[in-house]
Amino acid sequence: MTGSGAPGAQTSAVTGTARPVLPAPHPVLSSPAEEVDPTAPAVVSAAADLLATLRREPATGLSAPQIGLSWRLIAFDARSHPRTRSWAGELVVVNPRLAEAARWDSGREGCASVADLTADVRRATHITVRGRLPGSGEPVTIEADAFEARCIQHQLDHLDGILFLDRVSGALSLHRRLHRCGG
Amino acid sequence: MGLSAVTVLGVDRPGVIAAVTGALAGCGANIQDSTMTLLGGHVAMMLLVNGELSADELTKHLTAPDLVVTAAAVAARRDFRRRENGLGYVLTVHGPDRPGIISGISTVLAADGGNITGMSTRLTGRLYVLIADVELPEKVDVADLMRRLAAVGAGLDSEITFRPVEPDLL
Repeated sequence: MTGSGAPGAQTSAVTGTARPVLPAPHPVLSSPAEEVDPTAPAVVSAAADLLATLRREPATGLSAPQIGLSWRLIAFDARSHPRTRSWAGELVVVNPRLAEAARWDSGREGCASVADLTADVRRATHITVRGRLPGSGEPVTIEADAFEARCIQHQLDHLDGILFLDRVSGALSLHRRLHRCGG
Repeated sequence: MGLSAVTVLGVDRPGVIAAVTGALAGCGANIQDSTMTLLGGHVAMMLLVNGELSADELTKHLTAPDLVVTAAAVAARRDFRRRENGLGYVLTVHGPDRPGIISGISTVLAADGGNITGMSTRLTGRLYVLIADVELPEKVDVADLMRRLAAVGAGLDSEITFRPVEPDLL
């Protein structure tokens, strides 16, 4: 990560409130989200709420549409996932944009808004994402690979009204989550 | 030697697959293609079985108190492979559950000679999800087909994506 110091927890003076995660189907989850001013107080507050919600959920990432805001904000923290290699920290990015993507591979993923289903989805395993930090508006560049890259692309899709279900590779690639992860 | 199509449906419990395949092995039947899944807590198996027993005799061997078993003689198909000129696509539909989703979508595909070669549907909460593998004849106007699929999807309050299968030959 460049532009905001070393990887790690993103410091924020604003304390957020965890919000409910919208389940699909919902119109906000099927609509493109709008770009926002990263320094606007309402956006800073939304970023804090998104982070608070992520900390409550058993998920590695969330997007603003999932908490009912059609704004281009994503939050992620892939630290605890077993398939994680890169780790940019616990981060909220405003107006994120996929700048580079390479080395595509298929992998299993689910979504906090689609309970009980997982699917095999093909995504880039090496990506570069650029955006702004909430509050300061400082530019940030994230180089991610492996599961963090998958998580970020999943959240970017939410900002375009796309669910992982729209990228499933075939009829036999859709699975019901019947059990907790082993290990 | 005859070919039989066997279906097995029952409440999911450990040992169902072992019981069915053990009974088949015990009567000398050879399993060719098969598929198994869970449908709403029920185990569902479909098998193509080759052996000396008739379909009726197979049914008797497989009968169990908690299983619904059917068997029927079928003709061997030696030309079942993918049509060389067919184009592969993946269809996703997701939206609120309601009657008629599969019917509406499959009718549009069938009108253009589209063949659904695989399909999974899942209901979770209010969300209904359909993923289908579709083979289209080469002559189909795909853009026009996508417009008609989108219109059906809009009528069902559902999102539809229709995309080519990614090449998988190495």
